[in-house]
Amino acid sequence: MLEIKNLHVELEEEGKQILKGVDLTVEDGKVHAIMGPNGSGKSTLSYVLSGRDGYEVTDGSATLDGADLLDMEPEERAAAGLFLAFQYPVEIPGVGNMTFLRTAVNAQRKARGEEELSAADFLKVVREKAKSLKIDADMLKRPVNVGFSGGEKKRNEILQMAMLEPKMCILDETDSGLDVDAMRLVADGVNALRSEGRGFLVITHYQRLLDHIKPDVVHIMADGRIIKTGGPELALEVEKNGYADILEGA
Amino acid sequence: MAVAQTKSDNRLAALTVTATGWSAAPRADALARLQTMGLPQRRDEYWKWTRPDTLSAVEVTPAAAFTSDEAPIFDGVDRLKIVFVDGVFDAEASDDLALDGIAIERLADASSDIHWAQGLYGVLEQNGQNPVPRPLAALNTAMATDGVLIHVTGKPSKPVSLIYRHVSDSSDAILHHVIKLDQGAELTLLENGPAAARFNKVLEVDVADKARFNHIRAQGRDHERRAATHIFARLGSESAFKSFTLTVNGVLTRNEAVIELTGDDAIAHIAGAAMGDAAKSDFHHDDTVFVTHDGERCESRQVFKKVLRNGATGIFQGKILVKEGAQKTDGYQISQSLLLDGDSQFLAKPELEIYADDVICSHGSTTGAIDETALYYLRSRGVPKKEATDLLVLSFLAEAVDEIEDDGLRADIVDRLTSWLDRR
Repeated sequence: MLEIKNLHVELEEEGKQILKGVDLTVEDGKVHAIMGPNGSGKSTLSYVLSGRDGYEVTDGSATLDGADLLDMEPEERAAAGLFLAFQYPVEIPGVGNMTFLRTAVNAQRKARGEEELSAADFLKVVREKAKSLKIDADMLKRPVNVGFSGGEKKRNEILQMAMLEPKMCILDETDSGLDVDAMRLVADGVNALRSEGRGFLVITHYQRLLDHIKPDVVHIMADGRIIKTGGPELALEVEKNGYADILEGA
Repeated sequence: MAVAQTKSDNRLAALTVTATGWSAAPRADALARLQTMGLPQRRDEYWKWTRPDTLSAVEVTPAAAFTSDEAPIFDGVDRLKIVFVDGVFDAEASDDLALDGIAIERLADASSDIHWAQGLYGVLEQNGQNPVPRPLAALNTAMATDGVLIHVTGKPSKPVSLIYRHVSDSSDAILHHVIKLDQGAELTLLENGPAAARFNKVLEVDVADKARFNHIRAQGRDHERRAATHIFARLGSESAFKSFTLTVNGVLTRNEAVIELTGDDAIAHIAGAAMGDAAKSDFHHDDTVFVTHDGERCESRQVFKKVLRNGATGIFQGKILVKEGAQKTDGYQISQSLLLDGDSQFLAKPELEIYADDVICSHGSTTGAIDETALYYLRSRGVPKKEATDLLVLSFLAEAVDEIEDDGLRADIVDRLTSWLDRR
């Protein structure tokens, strides 16, 4: 369970306050969506939770199953079960996708005191999961995200998610830059990972991703706070009327 | 090496060539040229970033040999081994020099009055003295104690592997190799090891039409050793020359390459990956490259990458000269450094000089720190900071390492880099 309480965050260099008291709880097995206009702090929330440099938490807390996330290095958060699917997955020339995946999987296993996967076992698992995401052998061999299309990059994020089997998945605008078919493929990949023990926080601008990944709870974020929480119908309302009504009502 | 140098060139004048047979004339000629040009000085433009004194001084600065329990590089490769220990041929450790499609002879044994190497020994080196003098190469031609003369007539079944072991702390080695590839011939040459406390090496390669020469070199891991090496290559039509050098550690390395594409439709790729950490001892690595396009439709690539930390210094001086009439030249040059801290430095002088009007030439030089976004991305996947940094170092070097065509040899180099990142 991800619990965020009264989270206040500033940009380290500028001292500008971005998050102004976020309260949010994502229970195991649930899909929560966060929607909101540009600049509302959605991506900042995902960066702060995953441990990106450049942000200062001035107040509040964030825990995953009771463990203080904010006190951990990014790799420790990952090992604790947090996963962020990037809005802009990073290209890493010269490092094979497979090498990267295996390094990540085994680093997490090691951190958790589990035995590392052998090359053969790893290969078997990765091939199986890649197949369902329509990721071919060539994409596995190529350098991480280099020369990948927008859709391939996002599918690659979901493959990493599938391999790392996190407890809590954050998807940061995973639908951005995707055509309808690519979005469906990515959504299918996410839906396949939905399970009782795994929570999701889906950050998006648009309702359309939520047609494919059905949320249990929808939050509207604006100016660094969650200003409204509701069921899936809230997303439909945003799609129909925009944010203006909600912002005014808040 | 009994080479003398003082502020005056009087001591250079005292040097004499003792070799007999066919090489006596080119050696005497090289010595005369050296006496005219003098040893490199700090004030020389070509040496402004690298101090030449310890490379030419009478006394060798001692350097401890690096010991490691790991298997030597290329160990798993089926190859013909020729071993030099501190610059001295080791017959026992070397293989039989006979191999189909190739004739190998030691320079020290080749004392007849007439020899095929006569038209090449010191000749390519001399061609490479213009427009910039390279005194250490002339010194090498004059004073080399040994080396190999390889005449490639066909396509030998395995690479020739020159292994340079360093044992003595004060060893000083001068080796000179000549390789002649006949039309359509192919050779892969492997070189590995530091050779000596101080190593001066010249490799002259004549690549005839349609011949292919592949060269992969690893300069050992000794921290204190010094090396001045030169490659002089001449390429015929439709020939290919590919050279990759891996340098890890070494207090001073100057690797020069002078490549002339004389025929049409020839390809020359030269690449280097250097990884230096000046924490234990200084690290200064200088790649100085001069590629001349004299034929039409030729392609050249220079790819040099350096990873520097704890006060290490990297130098790149690279030039592409496109002569008049060398139309449709495709020239590319990139030199980049990754600085892992604020104490290290990279100095680069990329140059293009073009006298033909229908060419594509590009050059780029960059220096930068580790990509923080990429580091965060890797760490967010659970890869600890050190491992993530290592992966990004490999990523940075990849463009140079990828110049190695052979999958097995490339994998060997990558494996080494990976393990050396852990144990510098």
